[in-house]
Amino acid sequence: MATGDLALKAEQPRAAAGQPGEVVNDFSIQVATVNGSGSQSANNVLLKSIFGMGIPISGKNLFPSNIAGLPTWYTIRASKHGYIARKKEIDIVVAMNAETSKDDILSLPAGGVAIYEEAANLKQYRDDVVCYPVPFDKITATVCPEAKLRKLVKNMVYVGVISQLLDMDLATVEAALRRQFAKKQKAADLNWAAVQAGYDYAKTSLVKQDPFRVERMHANEGKIIIEGNAATALGCMFAGVTVVTWYPITPSSSVVENLIDLLKKYRVEPSGKATFAVVQAEDELAAVGMVLGAGWTGARAMTATSGPGISLMAEFTGLGYFAEIPAVIFDIQRVGPSTGMPTRTAQGDILSVAFLSHGDTRHVMLLPGSVKECFEMSVGAFDLAEQLQTPVFVLSDLDLGMNNWMTEPFTYPEKPMQRGKVLSAEDLTRLGGFARYKDVDGDGVGYRTLPGTDHPQAAFFTRGSGHNERALYTERPDEYQQQMERLTRKFENARKMVPAPVAVVNGTSKIGLIAYGTSDFAVTESREQLKAEYKLETDYLRIRAYPFTVEIHEFVAEHDRVYIIEQNRDAQMLSLLKLDLPAADATKLRSVRHYNGLPIDARSVTDELVMQEGI
Amino acid sequence: MATTPATPAPKPPAKTNRLGLPILEYRGGKTNLCAGCGHNAISERIIDAFFEMGVKPERVLKLSGIGCSSKSPAFFMSRSHGFNSVHGRMPAVATGALLGNHTMKAIGVSGDGDTVSIGMGQFVHLLRRNLPIIYVIENNGVYGLTKGQFSATADLGSKLKTGVINDLPPIDTCNLAIELGATFVGRSFSGDKRQLLAMMKAAIAHKGTVLLDVISPCVTFNDHEGSTKSYKYMQEHEEAISEVGFVPHFEDIAVDYDAGSTYDVELHDGSHLRLRKLHDDYDPTDRVQAVRALMESQVKGEVLTGVFYIDTQKPSFTDLLNLVDEPLGTLPESRVRPPKSVLDDVMQRMR
Repeated sequence: MATGDLALKAEQPRAAAGQPGEVVNDFSIQVATVNGSGSQSANNVLLKSIFGMGIPISGKNLFPSNIAGLPTWYTIRASKHGYIARKKEIDIVVAMNAETSKDDILSLPAGGVAIYEEAANLKQYRDDVVCYPVPFDKITATVCPEAKLRKLVKNMVYVGVISQLLDMDLATVEAALRRQFAKKQKAADLNWAAVQAGYDYAKTSLVKQDPFRVERMHANEGKIIIEGNAATALGCMFAGVTVVTWYPITPSSSVVENLIDLLKKYRVEPSGKATFAVVQAEDELAAVGMVLGAGWTGARAMTATSGPGISLMAEFTGLGYFAEIPAVIFDIQRVGPSTGMPTRTAQGDILSVAFLSHGDTRHVMLLPGSVKECFEMSVGAFDLAEQLQTPVFVLSDLDLGMNNWMTEPFTYPEKPMQRGKVLSAEDLTRLGGFARYKDVDGDGVGYRTLPGTDHPQAAFFTRGSGHNERALYTERPDEYQQQMERLTRKFENARKMVPAPVAVVNGTSKIGLIAYGTSDFAVTESREQLKAEYKLETDYLRIRAYPFTVEIHEFVAEHDRVYIIEQNRDAQMLSLLKLDLPAADATKLRSVRHYNGLPIDARSVTDELVMQEGI
Repeated sequence: MATTPATPAPKPPAKTNRLGLPILEYRGGKTNLCAGCGHNAISERIIDAFFEMGVKPERVLKLSGIGCSSKSPAFFMSRSHGFNSVHGRMPAVATGALLGNHTMKAIGVSGDGDTVSIGMGQFVHLLRRNLPIIYVIENNGVYGLTKGQFSATADLGSKLKTGVINDLPPIDTCNLAIELGATFVGRSFSGDKRQLLAMMKAAIAHKGTVLLDVISPCVTFNDHEGSTKSYKYMQEHEEAISEVGFVPHFEDIAVDYDAGSTYDVELHDGSHLRLRKLHDDYDPTDRVQAVRALMESQVKGEVLTGVFYIDTQKPSFTDLLNLVDEPLGTLPESRVRPPKSVLDDVMQRMR
């Protein structure tokens, strides 16, 4: 993060609210700690306290690929406007990590706030920020006699200090803390004592010099806080998933870990027996192979992975496409290529997933842009996979998956489960047999039977080798081509079944913006910046699936210039659009890319758009 | 033909099994493997075994990877659902298929390359899980479909048709299977009709991983002088550890064995596997002894055949998962989608 750049931005006058010079409910806090020091609970309490004050918040964990010892940062943004993208500028730094504390204070813009261990004497590095030195170790020792717990409890002291400095309601903080330690009364008491000690220290020993303050709002009524991966897991359970296979990989592991907890709680029958099977596979090849085997016998089967796992699944997903077996694969994207930065976020798997596997393979992709969509698209993915008889990929990312987001509560699925075209023994008797890969209905989707169907004509032979419409082996050019053309029809048909994009159009703007997934938050905020700061009106379309629906073609056709905003280096979605659009429209596409591993922020989008527009 | 009698003699009714099905209902498509290929003989034994055991073909899953051997599920039991998957990955597909429907009987057919080279990673985990499947390796020590390269089961010093000598030791799948947790491990020879049929029938009665390594000479690429997987070599070097007898649960147990020299194992469905010992004191429930016997025979240059190891007590993978009785794949919505009250409850806790 370029400090100079940040300092420059801070020159802009802050939006005044409340008392003159005060900044109310509009700031970001960055807590710098050491990985493994147990700061997660403290950060959660802080996040949920501000949430409890009714102020829109978002929390982001920037953590290393490490168990313990490396630096980690947690950023909380409070925004009365409801912006939940990462904010590029940090207003308040809590420097708890001696190794990074100098860099942490240097990263502040002028007028920022630094809270740090007294002994570190960070004031020597900046005279243009507000400094609050706090004797954390001393305070911790007074409330926590047990030395080995102090490292953990110390984090709660900064929660207390911040609560006092920001003028938070202590009862709200206590409620958040007691929820966090719901089942551990002793831990709750100890941590609460630490919060109070921090609060008291700030009250008696620090003089408020900064403009940041919270004031109770009522923006969060009825809302919940949840991580994207937990939302995905919930969606899978309500989708009626029965077979779950996985190989642990950051940042996808918590999809299955959450799902296991849910299934154990809600999907064990009174007999004590399970209506699900979860298998930790030996690798991602096996994980997706099991999903295909299970999909073949009729199960709603899924796996969750990230980039490296996607690479390993290539051969099997081609089989799924060609043999036409339902499967749901969650790709919680992280930074590549190769191992890349496993704990950082990206939207870098768009092209590789769209065409995953050799030959003419294409896959359906769903692109959730919120935790609510993580839930809804998980349910939808299983329906689509069975209706289309093909693997369906759901591409979330680390930012969405592993961070806490506030959201409206999820709504129960309205539609019953869509199981697609499956023939029963009675159907077979009535029809006198069937041809597995025959396009009976003209939509490219044939009828299948499930193994175990009690009828002498139920069986067919599933294979990844050339087959004709009766599922028999073939190398005949006409038969092969006929099947490939039917698969094309099926993919065209999928355009009408996948979620349509979300459009925000005023009808007069010549400039269109297109984004997807977590880029949405930054683009939404950037559009307001463009309007307020540059009087630039834009229309906006958020893509939610591939293949592209007709609305996407129309949006490009209706605008002079269309910027595709995405979190990868190679403008992957733009490339995919180019393949799909008429040549004249393809030339309208321009690219805004963000690919440093941090979630995209509004200011970066605004700056880039302004530059490309020549404003 | 002119000699056809004017009134043909009435055909005897086709022999049927206990389900009333003739063997014709267990046949598959016409084989396109080479004439004389050991794999075809194995397909015949699979047909005979499922017919004689009276298993309804619709209750059987046939799975395979890629290679000559993996083509063979198309050549037996057309009334069973079949899945010819990708190279070396049949174990994963079979595992998933059995998770989706654990009430099915599964038979997987693989080759030595498909299992021990590209497929080793998945094979060992299938064994470790004791997945309830009959896993047949049609073992010819050579890649047939790519025209005759060595596989990892080729014996040290064995010679290819091109004269190339193998200088790496073979991987013994039976030893591996015993070590890793398979509960029925045996080796046979595609040309040994009687032994293979008895083992195949016992395999059907077993619940857990059955590993049958069947030496199956490749008549095109590995049936010459210098090959240790040729018909000739096998006829000269096969040594049975026991004579395998099998009595299905629906037949009376005939007492034609000398009690002193037999080992009787009751299988999961009540059938009996009866081994007439040729080696003194051979106990097929003793893993250590089984491994020693295999290693000793290898040192002597013999190909030991028979059932080496059996364990009828260990739970299979699907038993361990504690699944409901019905197949997961076809459970109705009412049993797999929790009611709205559950979602409301979860949402409430996240406020």
